[in-house]
Amino acid sequence: MSTYTPEKLAEIDAHSRKARRAKKWNQFLHMVGNHSLLIGLSAIFILPLYLVVVISLMSKGQAETRSLWPHPFVWHNYIEVFTAVPFLKWTLNTLFVSLVGTIGTVVSSVPPAYVLSRLQWKGRQTTFLVILSTMMLPGQVTMIPVYIIFSRLHWIPSFLPLIVPSFFSSAFSIFLLRQFFTSIPDEISDAARIDGCSEFKLMMRIIVPLAKPAISAIALFAFLGSWNDFFGPLLYIVENQDLWTLGIGLNAFQGLHHVDKNMMMTASALFMAPVIIIFFFSQKVFIEGVTLTGVKG
Amino acid sequence: MSLTRVNAISPFKKKGDIAPPRKKLKVPRLFIFLCLSPWLFGIIFFTAYPMVSSFYQSFTKFNLIETPQWVGLDNFHRMFFEDDDFWKALKNTVWISAISIPLRICFAIFTAWVLTKPKRGSSIYRTIFFLPSMVPAVAATMTFTYIFNPAYGPINKLLQAIGIKEPPFWFMDPAWSKWGLILLGLWGIGDTMIIFLAGLLDVPTSLYEAAELEGASGWQSFRYITLPLMTPVIFFSTVTGVIGSFQYFTQAYVASGQVNDYSHSMYFYATHIYYSAFKAYEMGYASALAWVLLVITLLCTLIILKTQKRWVHYPNGSLFK
Repeated sequence: MSTYTPEKLAEIDAHSRKARRAKKWNQFLHMVGNHSLLIGLSAIFILPLYLVVVISLMSKGQAETRSLWPHPFVWHNYIEVFTAVPFLKWTLNTLFVSLVGTIGTVVSSVPPAYVLSRLQWKGRQTTFLVILSTMMLPGQVTMIPVYIIFSRLHWIPSFLPLIVPSFFSSAFSIFLLRQFFTSIPDEISDAARIDGCSEFKLMMRIIVPLAKPAISAIALFAFLGSWNDFFGPLLYIVENQDLWTLGIGLNAFQGLHHVDKNMMMTASALFMAPVIIIFFFSQKVFIEGVTLTGVKG
Repeated sequence: MSLTRVNAISPFKKKGDIAPPRKKLKVPRLFIFLCLSPWLFGIIFFTAYPMVSSFYQSFTKFNLIETPQWVGLDNFHRMFFEDDDFWKALKNTVWISAISIPLRICFAIFTAWVLTKPKRGSSIYRTIFFLPSMVPAVAATMTFTYIFNPAYGPINKLLQAIGIKEPPFWFMDPAWSKWGLILLGLWGIGDTMIIFLAGLLDVPTSLYEAAELEGASGWQSFRYITLPLMTPVIFFSTVTGVIGSFQYFTQAYVASGQVNDYSHSMYFYATHIYYSAFKAYEMGYASALAWVLLVITLLCTLIILKTQKRWVHYPNGSLFK
């Protein structure tokens, strides 16, 4: 003990304080480094969105001058876009297709997912494997005969080819729901069955309410899937302008008469807005859905 | 199983009692069938029948109006020996997948890894990084062709401002248009990034702590801990990337419509199928193209599956044994 003179102790103390300060300083530098990297990356990710918004607020002349800030702000663009092209009609069409499609997907995917995860029966594994492999099947292989079926039914052009298939289950949604249903303990079902609950009631009254997060995830994915869909409308509704969705309309934009470049960005901004708003309110559901299955929509 | 467990907590159970044999639950066959029926209908009419039908049509000449005419292997012969557009589309598709699949994976790992760094505030950055992947493909592509336009888009002005004197013409230049599409894909990295992020957060911190005690550098712990544990995710994204790249359509179609892509630099395999089927109305030929696509995709997937033993590391044993 005698070796630790007060001087020596003070020295040790100063030393360790110095070390602690150095460590803190180091951590601070790390934090600054990390955050500046993250801010830089964020700026890159945000840049295109920022540019859409600012260009959408520029006048026709200014939009072609590579400017980065509107001068003056032409708020009128957002009114003009509704008169320059039938933007409202496109929006309503897209909304209709997406909403009906979402209802169809949810209603037709919950029951198969339920029997695949909560009941024991012969052939269950095989059925599940078939569902998984249809998820991997390229759509091009079935596209032409399906098109021929719809054309024989005289459903082209109409919304029917876009919404009817959603009422016959989506492999992706079944997969996501099944993953979630499997995580609900079996005891819950057993308890209900002992009380004489029918299987249908058990599904609707107990499992479905418990699986709300998963069901909202598939509803969101289905909604955004049809909202963002381009290929389906391109095949089935392009011939009738009254049926055009936002994607088809926007793509045809430049070919339409008297439509200026800045209007294109205004329309793009309006097309993106609902998706971005939905995302901000339901981020958690999304990210969990992607993580649960490893795929989006 | 669980019924006997209910029995175990029953107040009537005396010591030494043997639990009565569990009453076997009746499998509600009708209920199962009814629940599966939408899916069954769907798989018969929208998957199984179309597959058989398109397989048959791939050996026929069929223009949607007349009845299909059997032509044997003509379609396949034409594809490989007479159709320049087929080779062009295939070359473009292979080129863009060979570059964009590895690039996407690296960028996804990088962005996810950066997100794990800060102690606070990472959820804001995560939202920003994920957001672009939500943007509708048509709107995103139109935005990119606009802002990357050499004449009136601001991107090249920004590039000049940071010292790049002669930035490329991007979508307007056949040599650079695919790079524009690759950038567009990287911008929408969000969903892939989230999968990697989930993987990174699953790595036990004790491993990193042990490595730090052993004196491992940041790069070493990334190379020998993070990367091996990420291989299942890398494997998964490679497989889905290959499947996806042969179906790459919307962005390329919209972009080439915006800039009049006369040299077909953005003409990909899925575009070729679309034009053959719905512009030329050669349904038989398009079906043959689709089946070749399926075979190519399956072969690629099988090759990747074969190699996985060598580089994919499953902590709890393989998923595909």
